[in-house]
Amino acid sequence: MTSNGWLQIALFFALIALAAKPLGEYMAKVFDRQKTFFDVFARPLERLIYKLTGVDEAHEMKWTEYAVAVLLFSFVTMMVTYAIERFQHWLPLNPQRFANVAPDLAMNTAASFTTNTNWQAYVPEATMSYLTQMVTLAYHNFASAAVGMALAIAFVRGIAGREKNTLGNFWVDTTRATLWVLLPGSLILALVLVSQGVVQNFRPYDTATLVQPLQTQTTGTDGKVTTQTITTQSIAQGPVASQEAIKMLGTNGGGFFQANSAHPFENPNALTNFLEMFAIFVIPGALTVTLGRMVKSPGHGWAIFAAMSALFLAGVFVLYWAESHANPLLHDVNQAATAMQSGGNMEGKEVRFGIANSALFATATTDASCGAVNSMHDSFMPLGGLVTMVNIMLGEIVFGGVGAGLYGMLIFVVVTVFIAGLMVGRTPEYLGKKIESYDVQMAMLYVLIFPFSVLLFAGVTVLMPNLGLASLNNAGPHGLSEILYAYASATGNNGSAFAGLSANTHWYNLSLAAAMLIGRFLMIVPMLAVAGNLAQKKLVPPSAGTFPVNTPLFAVLLVGVILIVGALTFFPALALGPILEHLQMLAGKSY
Amino acid sequence: MRKILLTSILYTVITTILLGIGYPMLVTVIARSAFPKQANGSLIVKNGTVVGSSLIGQPFSGDNYFHSRPSAAGTGYDPTSSGGSNLGPTSKKLVDRIAADTAIAQVDHPGVPVPIDLVTASGSGLDPHITPAAAEYQVARIAKQRKLSLDTVRSLVAEHTMQRTLGLLGEPVVNVLELNLALDHASPDRK
Repeated sequence: MTSNGWLQIALFFALIALAAKPLGEYMAKVFDRQKTFFDVFARPLERLIYKLTGVDEAHEMKWTEYAVAVLLFSFVTMMVTYAIERFQHWLPLNPQRFANVAPDLAMNTAASFTTNTNWQAYVPEATMSYLTQMVTLAYHNFASAAVGMALAIAFVRGIAGREKNTLGNFWVDTTRATLWVLLPGSLILALVLVSQGVVQNFRPYDTATLVQPLQTQTTGTDGKVTTQTITTQSIAQGPVASQEAIKMLGTNGGGFFQANSAHPFENPNALTNFLEMFAIFVIPGALTVTLGRMVKSPGHGWAIFAAMSALFLAGVFVLYWAESHANPLLHDVNQAATAMQSGGNMEGKEVRFGIANSALFATATTDASCGAVNSMHDSFMPLGGLVTMVNIMLGEIVFGGVGAGLYGMLIFVVVTVFIAGLMVGRTPEYLGKKIESYDVQMAMLYVLIFPFSVLLFAGVTVLMPNLGLASLNNAGPHGLSEILYAYASATGNNGSAFAGLSANTHWYNLSLAAAMLIGRFLMIVPMLAVAGNLAQKKLVPPSAGTFPVNTPLFAVLLVGVILIVGALTFFPALALGPILEHLQMLAGKSY
Repeated sequence: MRKILLTSILYTVITTILLGIGYPMLVTVIARSAFPKQANGSLIVKNGTVVGSSLIGQPFSGDNYFHSRPSAAGTGYDPTSSGGSNLGPTSKKLVDRIAADTAIAQVDHPGVPVPIDLVTASGSGLDPHITPAAAEYQVARIAKQRKLSLDTVRSLVAEHTMQRTLGLLGEPVVNVLELNLALDHASPDRK
């Protein structure tokens, strides 16, 4: 760890904190349909969309109607994506003439992008046409992010509502999230990225003549060694910058290329890297301020921001510490941090990012449900990989995905308020609303679906040598980590991977698709049920027994509840994966 | 229910036109006129042929070139198959690979530990850079092979070293392709 590394991390966090208030207040106005400076551009487009789609913007939806709209819209977009993937060979903007995508992979990818997961079981630059990438994958980057924000706002309205039975209009919330926040933000970010070297074109791949031809030897199945001389390099192109911007800003994470944000054409230098990390956290961070403003308790928003910050800083500290360490199994190599190199565990990392920026990016992308990577998590030190997995397993509520992070966190707030109520023996209240058994049941359902899906799928997979274990890239405890990470990432809608796992098989494609759909849609329903139930409650005036939710004590309790729930559910599995691997590594054992 | 389904379909069509087609087209049009070189891949053209991109690394293993890092992209530095090795820290395959590469690198400096980036594969498999430490490790070999003075080689390395952005962000890097092209320019007969 170096002082320069810490300075970069501190600067990153300071800018996220500084941006939270102005952006959060702006978003509160956008969703409350108050006047903003951006109305001049966005309002005419908004009206046009409602006119063409027949949306009545004055219509208010009950939680059930809101849920049905989310589900149907997601279903339709998912089917369109599936269809375009299946027919891409015959469609335009396919200069590399890529074939139609296989049914199981197309299904997995459609589920993946619809659920904001962006799990990728394919090599994009050798599988997906430009049309598929922009019209379906990048489109979902907007749509799934906007839906996430709409859901978070619906939940906030549930908390803020007084004896109401509606949560707002799904179409209006989604449209405003897109036109006022995601689209202008992406447009600016995309152009800055292009200026730094991120490509943006529709040309076929370029062929470069290698300065020094490459000799490679391949051993055939008959044991004969053939030498091959490679003289050219095929440079993949595409409309990358436009997709890169919304990929980060919408916490989607699906790379235009397989190497994702490690690829120089997605993330060419330190500045683009900083902006991409900033784009992951800026909206989720600001949404805590939006919450505080909409429920008329700014202190509550900041208490949640503080709880998230504590978990973020703890994660980045451990990850940075772990990756800075030398791998004791390597000899005759210099792994020390000096002025001339960042040292540490450089397998799977880019020189331009070094250890600090790789650790920071990995923490942010797994805290949020982003899943973009600028270094390969599979090659992290055991405890570094542990942090990324724990971040996902806590529910991605540390700032979290756009919208999804906030409503996930608010579910934990309901649970925390309930536990605090039990401790003092009073009926729990949350911002003047009595928390009753229905609310806690639905909140716990939300909390339990996640580990249920992760552990059940991972457990079944481990039991199948041919379908499950044959896909592993690493043996020993690291192999279990690959499987555990895959189902946590899918159910948590993160999308990053211990990417050594060969996941493009029937079993993994279909089971991971199921995990992604469960992790998004099955969890949304109880969440909206809580929101709908809260909205219709009467306000009770605060009394001496009310537990205030805008204090440091509350933030500490919230962090405690999150850690206890996470640890109780996942510690046994983690002990057999990364923790065991760490001990074995110290003992000098390799697999 | 039926009304919501109809709205969903219309909404998908309209927003796909806006976000899936309009937005990337707009970015492309602006990018092409404002940043044509970057938008097309920062290609390096020599005598009319494309010899690479300044952002994409190439495999170098000859004695008279600065070596780039090992690559897990295809057969090595293949941009149609970017990615890392994805081998974990306790993987025997990884430990053996690094030991083999270390032995080769140490021919330059027997007994001196090799800078770690020179024997580890990057995340993209296309890393255009090595650390200044890895460049310095190779300076003596290059000077000998190219019959250049150590100072000449060091000053070429310095020219192709980028410090941290604003003195703060990222890490110092040496661009291997650009450095090797400069080497060919400085001593063309020793290619």
